[in-house]
Amino acid sequence: MAVMGIARRIALLFRVKANKTLDRAEDPREVLDYSYQRQVEMLAKVRRSLADVATSRKRVELQIGQARQSTERLQDQAVQALGMGKEDLAREALTRRSSALSQIDQLQPQAEALQAEEDKLTVAAQRLQGKVEAFRTRKETIKATYTAAEAQTKIGEAVSGISEEMGDVGLAMQRAEDKTAQMSSRAQALDELMASGALDDAALPVGQQDDIQAALEQSRGGQPTIDSQLAQLRAQLPSASPPAQLETGTPTTREGDEST
Amino acid sequence: MIIRILGEGQYEFDDHRLDELNVLDARLQDAVDAADPDLLRSVLTALLDLVRTLGTSLGADVLVPSELVLPAADAGLDELRDLLTDEGLVPG
Repeated sequence: MAVMGIARRIALLFRVKANKTLDRAEDPREVLDYSYQRQVEMLAKVRRSLADVATSRKRVELQIGQARQSTERLQDQAVQALGMGKEDLAREALTRRSSALSQIDQLQPQAEALQAEEDKLTVAAQRLQGKVEAFRTRKETIKATYTAAEAQTKIGEAVSGISEEMGDVGLAMQRAEDKTAQMSSRAQALDELMASGALDDAALPVGQQDDIQAALEQSRGGQPTIDSQLAQLRAQLPSASPPAQLETGTPTTREGDEST
Repeated sequence: MIIRILGEGQYEFDDHRLDELNVLDARLQDAVDAADPDLLRSVLTALLDLVRTLGTSLGADVLVPSELVLPAADAGLDELRDLLTDEGLVPG
């Protein structure tokens, strides 16, 4: 006998599972109802799993959105700070902006991976749904047409067929859950970091005041330092231009700069 | 014969082309034995492409067990090893 290949071994393992189900009942026709019940449960499980993956994906997308808003805000702040001659503050804003950008770079592939799992699971759920409906029809036909003895083969085929499908969907679900768990814990860690303030630079809700903003406000109102007054005056001169080193990699054109 | 690709569904495959498939299946085993992820990826891709190209996809209402079951396209070494043990399969 030839050595059994991988494909045949996996097929055999699936069949062993199906046979366990088949051996369970005295009357093979009982297996039909038992198996159908398992199928309905499985469908519900797949749908829950699908919802979990979607929730995880949305969470990661939300974080991406927040980080994106931060980059825009920090960019604005950098421009404002520079306009006020506060180069240190501008540098700080740009540093934080680049950390927000690298966060987006990390989150993007996660969102894509979750979307891919979601798509796969959606297709698997649809396929299982089709098979479960086919099984239900077959089940009624077998019960109505055959005696217990005659039904044996028919039932064996139907149950093995659906059992394999369930095993397949179960594996897809397992994969999706593993991926989701991995990314959820990363997303959670990020959420916690943001909440703790360690990353408030990168993900502060728009409108909330951060330390850069506070520094900007302070140098604008109250008692402006001589330096900042000088810088403002300098900025108003027609020939005023920002230091060359800050231009690299930093788009300086922007719309709606109203410098509140 | 009926072949399933995990995560994709079942295909009706011409028995006459089975030799080609067996060659690749044996190489898949080699890749697992050698724990070579690159070899695994290339053999698995070739194997699945063969089934997808030569096979005919089965309809949703067909309820038959498969004679061969192939791993999902992106299955890794660990996943394949799990699959080859009883624990890897979710009871159905």
